[in-house]
Amino acid sequence: MPTLDPTQLAALLPDTDSLSAMLDELPLGVAVMDAAGILLLVNKTYETLTGVDRNRVLGLQCLHSLRCDYCMGDCPVMTGWKKLGAVGVEANLVSRERSKIQVRLTVAPLLDEEGSLRGAVETITSRTTHTLNSVATGVFELGDLVGRSPQIEKIFAMVPSIAQTDSSVLITGETGTGKDLLAEEIHNASARSDGPFVKVNCGALPDTLLESELFGHTKGAFTGADQNKPGRFRMAHGGTLFLTEIGDLPLALQVKLLSFLDDKVVYPLGSSKGFHTDVRVVVATHRDLEAMVRQKLFRQDLLYRLNVIRLHLPPLRERGGDIPLLQDHFLKKLQTRFGKKVEGFSDNAKTLLKAYPYPGNVRELRNLIEYAVNFCDGKLILTRHLPGYLLHPADPPQPAELEPTAWPDASGQSGAPADTPGRADALPRTPMAPSATWTDMERAIILDALRRAGGRKSQAAELLGWGRSTLWRKMKHHDLG
Amino acid sequence: MEKILIPLMDNDVAPRFDLATDVLIVTIPRESSRRESLEEKVVVLDHASAESICRLAISENVNTVICAGIEGKYHDFLVWKGTKVIDDVCGPVDAVLDAYHDKRLVPGTYIY
Repeated sequence: MPTLDPTQLAALLPDTDSLSAMLDELPLGVAVMDAAGILLLVNKTYETLTGVDRNRVLGLQCLHSLRCDYCMGDCPVMTGWKKLGAVGVEANLVSRERSKIQVRLTVAPLLDEEGSLRGAVETITSRTTHTLNSVATGVFELGDLVGRSPQIEKIFAMVPSIAQTDSSVLITGETGTGKDLLAEEIHNASARSDGPFVKVNCGALPDTLLESELFGHTKGAFTGADQNKPGRFRMAHGGTLFLTEIGDLPLALQVKLLSFLDDKVVYPLGSSKGFHTDVRVVVATHRDLEAMVRQKLFRQDLLYRLNVIRLHLPPLRERGGDIPLLQDHFLKKLQTRFGKKVEGFSDNAKTLLKAYPYPGNVRELRNLIEYAVNFCDGKLILTRHLPGYLLHPADPPQPAELEPTAWPDASGQSGAPADTPGRADALPRTPMAPSATWTDMERAIILDALRRAGGRKSQAAELLGWGRSTLWRKMKHHDLG
Repeated sequence: MEKILIPLMDNDVAPRFDLATDVLIVTIPRESSRRESLEEKVVVLDHASAESICRLAISENVNTVICAGIEGKYHDFLVWKGTKVIDDVCGPVDAVLDAYHDKRLVPGTYIY
């Protein structure tokens, strides 16, 4: 078995520049210090996480650079090593951008041949959680994403293999379908999970600020640029950059993004020097990019580069059986959060929730349940605990801005969504008066279902998601026999 | 009269605003520009808390806070309350005060 020869290793790293270059490629922050905690070397990821400029912090005591709570507490570098071994802790630091960041911090002593302390090496990684599991009930969970409908199951099955590649991913779907969560789960399931997950909303900043935010700038590049800024691409080195609302990216920046995807080099504003960054790009949008390409609002070549892997999250109204599942999931989460003992939903509330079209998708369903849990004073959520607009929705479901039915499904094939039996569109087409009671509402739902089923009771029962006997009993109750 | 607040760690500016238990409050009489005429007092907090330091800054009518690492929400609160914040400052307090007195102190000043 080959043994380590220290001279050979030293020959590989003849000077600090080679060591520094090697450390710069690591996806975790590294700092090397002497026995007194004076910084001798920091790598690129350390600069990214803390926001420091290495040229300014070398020579400083570590705690003034890292600004970590552990440094001001029990750090062995500051308080003396009780035992010469590595220490790993969960800690937080305050970056130069004034953000508090949760990190995993490891401090290990550097010893000479006699075993005396010569210095210490410190590593920091941004703390992320990793959840990818399938529960025995047949419900699939991917982090915070939950579902058991075939469309969702298919996406969950694809994520592990997608995560193992470095290809760009395009996630499409209406607002509130969970695009951001899916992007984060792809990152968490990938080999980059120890690296940063950096999210940028392309629609949230003006064009000029967005360029500086994404690509960084050099000191003096424009008025007010009083220091170098690394930019999100460099901050995501070794990890994933998630660009949400990519459809809102201005055309000028689309060119710059295209150039980055080609050569992986970032040119900060005001600098002619490029920086190589190892970043996986995941993008999401609720817009129809193909239609935007036709309207010359989005570059076709950029779409081709981004569209390597495409995942489409279906709207909630097409996920049928996931609605009750998500109701229970959110109820469980929210009752813990609000400390309430709500056991479930009344049958009427269930019917109403099932019938609602959810234009805001999963996010809207979650908000509805949060509203109900807040207002519920008993053990069951009744219809009166639900927001009033559920009884008389003002508009039919608002699809995505541009032709949602033209979205391809998870397999990449286009097509209109199939009409699922028993899915949540049982609300009467005729708007109800705001003063309508539940009895009026139910009667209208039954009549509407019977009309749509051409008078066939079994089909109407299926449309309503009820058994035939329930429909018969309710028809008798409403004197519709 | 001008008041300056500096979170302390021994004789240095504390690396973290929220983790400092000692706070230096310096009063500079308006009529004097001499560094020696400063009045200094150190307030010892019973536990480290960014909220307590912010409250102290407001109740003491502090004009300027000099600190190292500070979270955005506390920085913005102080600025909103009309307090000037010079953050990302490292160094021994005396040297930092000298730099402030000489109008050389800006965010990102490291004196070691």
